[in-house]
Amino acid sequence: MDIAAGPLVLDETVPARAPWMHGVARGQTLEIIDLEGNQAVDFLLYAAADDAERYSAQDTVAMQGNIFLRKGSVLYSSEGNPMMRIVDTNVAYHDTIGGACSCESNTLRYGHHTKAQHACVDNFLEANARAGRGKRDMVSNINWFMNVPVEGDGTLGIVDGISAPGLSVRLEALMDVVAVVSNCPQINNPCNGFNPTAVRMIIRA
Amino acid sequence: MQEGGAQPTGSSTGNPHAARDHARAQGGTRVEAMPVLPASAADGWPQDVADADKVWAETLAAGGYAGKILARGTRLELTDLAGDGCVSLLAFNREMPTERLNVADTVKIQWNGYLGEGRFLLTDMGRVLFSILADEAGTHDTFCGASNAAGNARKYGSGDNYGPHPNARDRFRLGVAKFGLGVRDVHPCITLFKGARIGADGTIAPEIGPFAPGRRVVLRAEMEVIVVLANCPHVLDPRPEYAVSPVRLRAWRGPVAGGDDALRNSTPEALRAFLNTEDYYNR
Repeated sequence: MDIAAGPLVLDETVPARAPWMHGVARGQTLEIIDLEGNQAVDFLLYAAADDAERYSAQDTVAMQGNIFLRKGSVLYSSEGNPMMRIVDTNVAYHDTIGGACSCESNTLRYGHHTKAQHACVDNFLEANARAGRGKRDMVSNINWFMNVPVEGDGTLGIVDGISAPGLSVRLEALMDVVAVVSNCPQINNPCNGFNPTAVRMIIRA
Repeated sequence: MQEGGAQPTGSSTGNPHAARDHARAQGGTRVEAMPVLPASAADGWPQDVADADKVWAETLAAGGYAGKILARGTRLELTDLAGDGCVSLLAFNREMPTERLNVADTVKIQWNGYLGEGRFLLTDMGRVLFSILADEAGTHDTFCGASNAAGNARKYGSGDNYGPHPNARDRFRLGVAKFGLGVRDVHPCITLFKGARIGADGTIAPEIGPFAPGRRVVLRAEMEVIVVLANCPHVLDPRPEYAVSPVRLRAWRGPVAGGDDALRNSTPEALRAFLNTEDYYNR
């Protein structure tokens, strides 16, 4: 990846399992660094001017005709407007279809013994609640550094990751946005290598 | 403004009595895309459905939308009458609409992105909204979602609800509003009758047809649901014209899935989703 330029606005480490939320103004870049490797970073976007407009996985994949996010991919909103663009990434592709883990979906995937485990939806709800958003504002999210291949018969699943320590993705905001992150706490599948770790967020002007 | 003009001589709507007669004379008109009330007065039902169980008979217009509250156990049959239907679907828990269809969980938990007979639609709360009891189409889409105003304007010159090329997202805005819901309730959807296949490199190959007329899909409501449908051209339809055809809807009451239901017991994930659903109504 190219070295990022521009004055530093913010440099924060998101602890393992934690939520995070921050605005990214149009023209600023947000870099997400997978510090220890194969750490899924669940990610939603809201338009700062009107958070009823938000990242849309379906509009994004339909616009580019591909379910994977790669360098150059544009993230579209529910109204079909460009929100962010992947300026650079040194991971081959990122996930758009796997969604966020929840206490409830964990009961389906692994059994009711996992109901009490912390989950991404709870991180999203907690972070969004600070901005007045609620459950209606939850939509399909991006999973940076998560690997969800689809086979010929439609079989799909979260499999071993293709990221590594220090790999990253850098996004340029194409409108003023609010990024909401769940640093995924999942321990029942390989999305975090069965070991949730911290990630670093860098915003530059 | 100027004073109003003179009434045309011999107008059939020149006074309230005449206007009332004029309006009433329109009653009984039949067109292809319309609801039929009571539902039992419609044709096109499966043979074994009793009149008392018939709850919804409507033909969804090309570019149209519709919604309905369905009781648990209700069967909803959609028939792609002319082979070019494209029905995008939103669904909610009737009594708590913040619980709604979750497309990501639907594909992740079933370990498969393609819908068909024996699969089900999940809420974000780990419960089953609909099961797919029968599917003669095999071409459905969980990936691409609804068309929007900007996209329809690019493709067809316009995309507004008031114009000739309405888009599915703005149809959904109106459809959910009829149940007191707003734009934040318009969530990622699934689309029936038009497909999307995923290549190894992630490429989306749309399956647009047109297909043989008369393909049917039968869903079973597993919760008390609000279902909202929009019948607009698929977002990746390559044809330059606004191509979509009417879809017939028939819904009838039926039994809730029992403990021995084959779909309920088909996979460990299905069983736990049905257990969660049964637990929700265990009150």
